[in-house]
Amino acid sequence: MDPLLELLHQNSKLSSAELGKLLNLSAAQVEAKIASYEEAGVILAYQAVIDAERTDPDAVTAYIEVRITPERGGGFDRLAERIARFDEVKSCWLMSGGYDLAIIVEGNHLREIARFVSDKLSTVEGVISTATRFRLKTYKQNGVLLTPPVAIDRLPVTP
Amino acid sequence: MVVCRSSMQNLWPSRQAASDPQRFIADHVLDIPKSGIRDFFEVVQTMTDVISLGIGEPDFVTPWRIREAAIFAMEKGKTGYTSNLGLPRLRSAIIQYLSSRFDVFYDAHREVLVSVGVSEALDLALRAILNPGDEVIFHEPSYVSYNPSITLAGGRAISVQTEAQHDFRLLPHTLEAKITPRTKALLLSFPTNPTGGIMTGEDLQPIADLCIQHDLLVLSDEIYSELVYNGTKHVSIASLPGMKERTVLLNGCSKSFAMTGFRVGYACAPAAIIEAMMKIHQYAIMCASVLSQEAAIEALEHCSKEVAAMRSDYERRRNFIVTRFNEMGLSCHSPKGAFYVFPYVGSTGLTSKQFSFGLLESQKVAVVPGDAFGGSGEGFVRCCFATSFEKLREATDRIEAFLRSRPAGTPIAPSSPVAPTTN
Repeated sequence: MDPLLELLHQNSKLSSAELGKLLNLSAAQVEAKIASYEEAGVILAYQAVIDAERTDPDAVTAYIEVRITPERGGGFDRLAERIARFDEVKSCWLMSGGYDLAIIVEGNHLREIARFVSDKLSTVEGVISTATRFRLKTYKQNGVLLTPPVAIDRLPVTP
Repeated sequence: MVVCRSSMQNLWPSRQAASDPQRFIADHVLDIPKSGIRDFFEVVQTMTDVISLGIGEPDFVTPWRIREAAIFAMEKGKTGYTSNLGLPRLRSAIIQYLSSRFDVFYDAHREVLVSVGVSEALDLALRAILNPGDEVIFHEPSYVSYNPSITLAGGRAISVQTEAQHDFRLLPHTLEAKITPRTKALLLSFPTNPTGGIMTGEDLQPIADLCIQHDLLVLSDEIYSELVYNGTKHVSIASLPGMKERTVLLNGCSKSFAMTGFRVGYACAPAAIIEAMMKIHQYAIMCASVLSQEAAIEALEHCSKEVAAMRSDYERRRNFIVTRFNEMGLSCHSPKGAFYVFPYVGSTGLTSKQFSFGLLESQKVAVVPGDAFGGSGEGFVRCCFATSFEKLREATDRIEAFLRSRPAGTPIAPSSPVAPTTN
């Protein structure tokens, strides 16, 4: 991966000037590269990684396995894209193995997710079955550990 | 009964009062000066909220798979002594690693010794080869231990200067000027702490030629060998023709794999030299910690990816800090290896110590005065960039504020011995 993308992936708040200094590029060069990545759809969005257990302790996240019927010509794409459009669906992947789609659904409480599954998801034409599992606790999200490692006391000056 | 040696009589009473326990300490140990870093360290330790660029170790925690290997070894009850030379499997891992990374080939049974960090391996090598008065040439600015280690082993430490204008490389004519009939060995340490200097194969060849011509042994401390930037690769002097048989290659896991506290180093050398080093090692140390040795196997066999990731992170931080220093008017060459920058601060009109203490007092940033690494380090400070980007950003902002806050009439002189370099 382009080191610029790696850096942005770790911390998208770095300024163009800082990124330039890290990569031996000018700020203008960095901005041009970022613009081209955005235009090409390589960079899709810039988001903060938030510990939702602190901001919304009652919020519920479900991991739902969905079996769907593939269609002639389009395979799974049309149905998957249709399901992915729901605001409640935060992520949606086509999987290998015993089911077809894995989706992550977020809601304010259990009933909200139950309603989404029964009213929306299961009723989509082509959905064969769903299996819903609720998240109990998050340990790591987007590569970030939720309990940061204990700061290690290093000697302030060593040879 | 009181035994009074003549040298002690000479010192009496200026050095030792009758009840002073110092009188029991050997003369040659008393004569070793305190490390230049110690005074500074003691001041830093009394302060809070200091951003330290004075640390000589990776800021990364040891990769998890290495730590996990140590835990696994402990769970399995691998807690006994190992062979004096080190675990056979570790020695095999070492020779495999060295041959694939640096094109040097050793026999795992007779030419490798595992030590407690490279420091021990260096000490063993010096003690194994030096007769009293033998001279060892080392290049300065250098790691603080070389000079006293040579002296403690009974040798005479002869320094040869390296300079910023030559990217702190060792030049053959400066080396040759120091060679005498008493010269036994040349101690090389590239990439260099504190300068970040490296030597390419072309740079090393004339040095190797001199060593062959004058029949010198080379002690080559290559602890930073994995931390070489700009897409280049470290060259070991042992890989040059005719050099393996006159080189003690010293390396370890501390810097490459962020394993400083594990204390795993190793020496590779002709069997007779390893045998001599082993004699001292077996009586003084016995063996390196078995848990650390088990962890080192994991590191050497499976962690090239982790090393590459750390290296590219260091390289970016280096780019950042070099640009920042030059931007604020402190000329700073871009180190090609290790994780230190060595900016020139003499242009501020301050000595290394004045700059470091002034910066610490006013802005709470710790950098190490360059003279701690030998006289030729005067005018420079060492800043370690194995520190998080956020801290580097804050530290360089504070250094800039320190420069701006200096009273009028002390401008930064335009002249300096270092031409700003690109990375």
